[in-house]
Amino acid sequence: MEAINAKYVSQKISKTRWRPVSHSSLQPPEIFATGSWDNEDNRISIWSIGSNGSTGMEDGFEGDPQLLCEHKHDGDVLDLQFLDQNRIVTASSTGAVTIFRHHQNSQTISISQLWARAHHYPCDNAPCTGVVCSSPEIVTVGEDGRIIVFRADQEGVIRVIENADSSTIHAVTYLRTTEILTVNSIGQLKLWDFRQQSNSPSQILSLTGDRVPLHCVDRHPNQQHIVATGGQDGMLCVWDVRQGSTPFSLMEAHTAEMWEVHFHPTNPDHLFTCSEDGSLLHWETSSHSDMPSFLQGGRNSSMVSRSAMAPAGGNQSLISAWLSGDSSKGRLETTHMLPSQTLSVNSLDVLGPCLVCGTDGEAIFVNRQVLI
Amino acid sequence: MGFAWGPGDILVYETLYKASGSGCSFIHEIRKDEDIYSPILRKLFNESHHIFVGLQTIREDLPSKSKKPQFVSISKNYRSVIRACMEELQQVAGNNIRCVSILLAIELIWNLCEVLFIEAAPAGSLLLHLLDWVRLHKADVDERAREVLQSESPAEHHDYWDVVVSYVLQGRLEEARQMLVKQATLQPAARSMYKQMDTLLSKMPFYNPGGTQTLTEFDVKWRHWHEEVDRSLQDNSFASNRHLELICKILLGDEDTLLEHKELLGTWYHFLVTRLLFCHPTVKPTELHYYAQSCMTMFLDSRSVPEPLDSILLAAFEFDIHQVIKDCSIALNNWWFVAHLTDLLDHCKLLQSHNLHFGSNLREFLLLEYASGLFTHHSLWQLAVDYFDHCPEFGRVYLELQIERVPLETERKALKVLRICEQRQMSEQVRSICKIMAMRALRNNRLGSALSWSIRAKDAAFATLISERFLQDYCARGTFSDLDLIDNLGPAMLLSDRLTFLGKYREFHKLYGEKRFREAAKLLLSLMTAKIAPQSFWMTLLTDALPLLEQKEVSHQQTGSVLWNLQSASPLVFLSLQEEDVEVTKVELLRLALARNLAQAIVKEGTVET
Repeated sequence: MEAINAKYVSQKISKTRWRPVSHSSLQPPEIFATGSWDNEDNRISIWSIGSNGSTGMEDGFEGDPQLLCEHKHDGDVLDLQFLDQNRIVTASSTGAVTIFRHHQNSQTISISQLWARAHHYPCDNAPCTGVVCSSPEIVTVGEDGRIIVFRADQEGVIRVIENADSSTIHAVTYLRTTEILTVNSIGQLKLWDFRQQSNSPSQILSLTGDRVPLHCVDRHPNQQHIVATGGQDGMLCVWDVRQGSTPFSLMEAHTAEMWEVHFHPTNPDHLFTCSEDGSLLHWETSSHSDMPSFLQGGRNSSMVSRSAMAPAGGNQSLISAWLSGDSSKGRLETTHMLPSQTLSVNSLDVLGPCLVCGTDGEAIFVNRQVLI
Repeated sequence: MGFAWGPGDILVYETLYKASGSGCSFIHEIRKDEDIYSPILRKLFNESHHIFVGLQTIREDLPSKSKKPQFVSISKNYRSVIRACMEELQQVAGNNIRCVSILLAIELIWNLCEVLFIEAAPAGSLLLHLLDWVRLHKADVDERAREVLQSESPAEHHDYWDVVVSYVLQGRLEEARQMLVKQATLQPAARSMYKQMDTLLSKMPFYNPGGTQTLTEFDVKWRHWHEEVDRSLQDNSFASNRHLELICKILLGDEDTLLEHKELLGTWYHFLVTRLLFCHPTVKPTELHYYAQSCMTMFLDSRSVPEPLDSILLAAFEFDIHQVIKDCSIALNNWWFVAHLTDLLDHCKLLQSHNLHFGSNLREFLLLEYASGLFTHHSLWQLAVDYFDHCPEFGRVYLELQIERVPLETERKALKVLRICEQRQMSEQVRSICKIMAMRALRNNRLGSALSWSIRAKDAAFATLISERFLQDYCARGTFSDLDLIDNLGPAMLLSDRLTFLGKYREFHKLYGEKRFREAAKLLLSLMTAKIAPQSFWMTLLTDALPLLEQKEVSHQQTGSVLWNLQSASPLVFLSLQEEDVEVTKVELLRLALARNLAQAIVKEGTVET
């Protein structure tokens, strides 16, 4: 694990996201956006780690991220997504959903569209907690239990599912182009099908034990039925949404809330999680090798994976390595990626060989050579 | 004007109102400590927090020999953080001069404390460290030298001799020699003189701490060299060139010559170190304060008053740590510096446990003050938590009081605060925060959120409250709201009786809907007998029993039980629903149904198949 340097930025970072690179170019990502929280003036900022941004860095030395531009943001940035190369959607603690446009030639940011009280209570503001987009459609969820569908460049709201949930919806992700998955604070995973007109979920999955709030969810990039979630107790659960209503495997990951879980978009044998306890774990699974599931010393630690049920038969090679809950069949390797003793790592994003994460210690860490 | 104290600031308001006119009175908030709001200084607080936490985890049982280099490196880390901030402040345009100069002074003091207290260099290497210290804080020599060297003819630059003398004053004899070579080439006639000076400069001995030479041997060598320089001066070898003669006098440590160059020296401590370099290179730490005092008096005119910085440095030379800390606390408006320095010195076991009147020691007092100041900041309060953790005596109490005052605008922030409280087993605070969030959720009709907060706090009373709301909703509307929550309660159902009742009642409805009447009846009966139903609900339960009685699935014991329940419920029912004829009719209907059922059941069960 190579040294990873902190860049202190004078604002607590709540979200970081890489700007997507076009599929044709083979270059690693260079630009990322961050959102801050808990400040009197919160901001979204755009940073560059490319060589054009740095000023005369020594060769071979990883350049610090350089601030390109930033813009004031009303309320905490609770979620942030790139809509396309130039536009960013943010979810605010005031309940607003905003589209910012990044003008690359002048390196400025301006507000392109704003839905001010998208999420609200009858007489109060409700924070908007999650946003996911698949251009031009934007789906947001909030503490008011609503799911709202917007379309970029259209003023009004396309669809609202009122009272989708009686508790706070923490995160949302696309399962298929017309289906989304939400997680809430009573530990349920709900599947919503937009083709149906009803306002109830098409499927509800939850743990059989305690109703631990779930905070993050991510879908496997290639196999759309595999979903990973992380919750308040720091457990990483991998679910198969086709079968059954309980998770496939449960792994103890962190000692505090897990804030984000991400499959690597092009190499889904790798998974990354970050948590309130200040650690960022890199999970790697491979079912090919014969090595035992324990690993040699250093900073690696092997996590025990407990499966809720055995795979339902069929060809072993077709079943993803994530679902083989039995630890003797597969190997699961975890690595800590940050120096110890950081404050909570609130967010991470991984694209290609690059990883960026932001912490409550007002620091951003960029690792350009993640081993995948 | 009136005012009120806050934790870190004062609210000032006008108390004299004009009777007429737009009397819009203002409330002013005066912040005592502006520094924590500066974006660049925030980096200082965050990075030093990281170093602080790392320092606390150094194991206590290691021998002090191996710990000293660690402490020195931690001290250097702190200083590099200060320097980084300073450089950034200098680059940013704006009125930062005050800040930059304060940071400069802080770093100067810290560096000196590191040399004298933490490094605790003995005689010999002490001077070397002090030389480094002075060189680090007199950067303009290099700038000037660069200017001179970049001109077409460096040796004729008007600053040339100033640069050479500055180098000599700082003991940078190599560089001085290189500069002199340029002059020597210009004056071939005086070559021998320059050669002699060059020899003198090259032969000055410097103590090598890692070498085999002892201090006494070094002292002897140095005296030899000193005498040689003295002889050169006495035989007027440099009489023809006043510059070289000046350098020679400096090498001898002549006070008057040194004092003539006050502008080049700049500060009395530079004067001190130079004097020590050329008069007493083997100075012992305990002798420092004599020289320091005399140098300061000589350097500063009798008219000028010593600045706070001077008295702090003097206290440091006198090895009076407490005085240093005290003077710094008074001079600076932010506790950052004294808190971290005291903590580091305490780890080096340099502070005697100086008990203050209210029981905690100096280190803890300063850390508490600093952390309390941090807590008033809307964002930096998270750092303060770690500081409180490492104050063994009062830290926890302070934390308990402060953490409840953090404003909780979003659930995410509340979760973080809760995690902090839970990790430290502050159950009172956990309960109160969960209650605040649950009440807020309830007010906004988010029953699921409210329930999840009460589960986290294991608050049975609140769970009961929520269940009551559900049941009231049901009575009012006839259907349940938020079915996704009630259907999926899971083990949380056991948190409170009322909640269990709610879950079971919903289950009863589901069973009835699936036409599994026998199980439904059993469940209903168990609900009634278990007495977890609220009294207001008994009527509803009994009414629900009616259709089941018609279905003939109820045994006679069960019917008896229902009858008994009806009896005990009736007085209450009548008390609460006196004018409701409908209710009276309901009761009558029930009695009728029960009687019929009882009759049928007795007959059925009494029948023997023949």
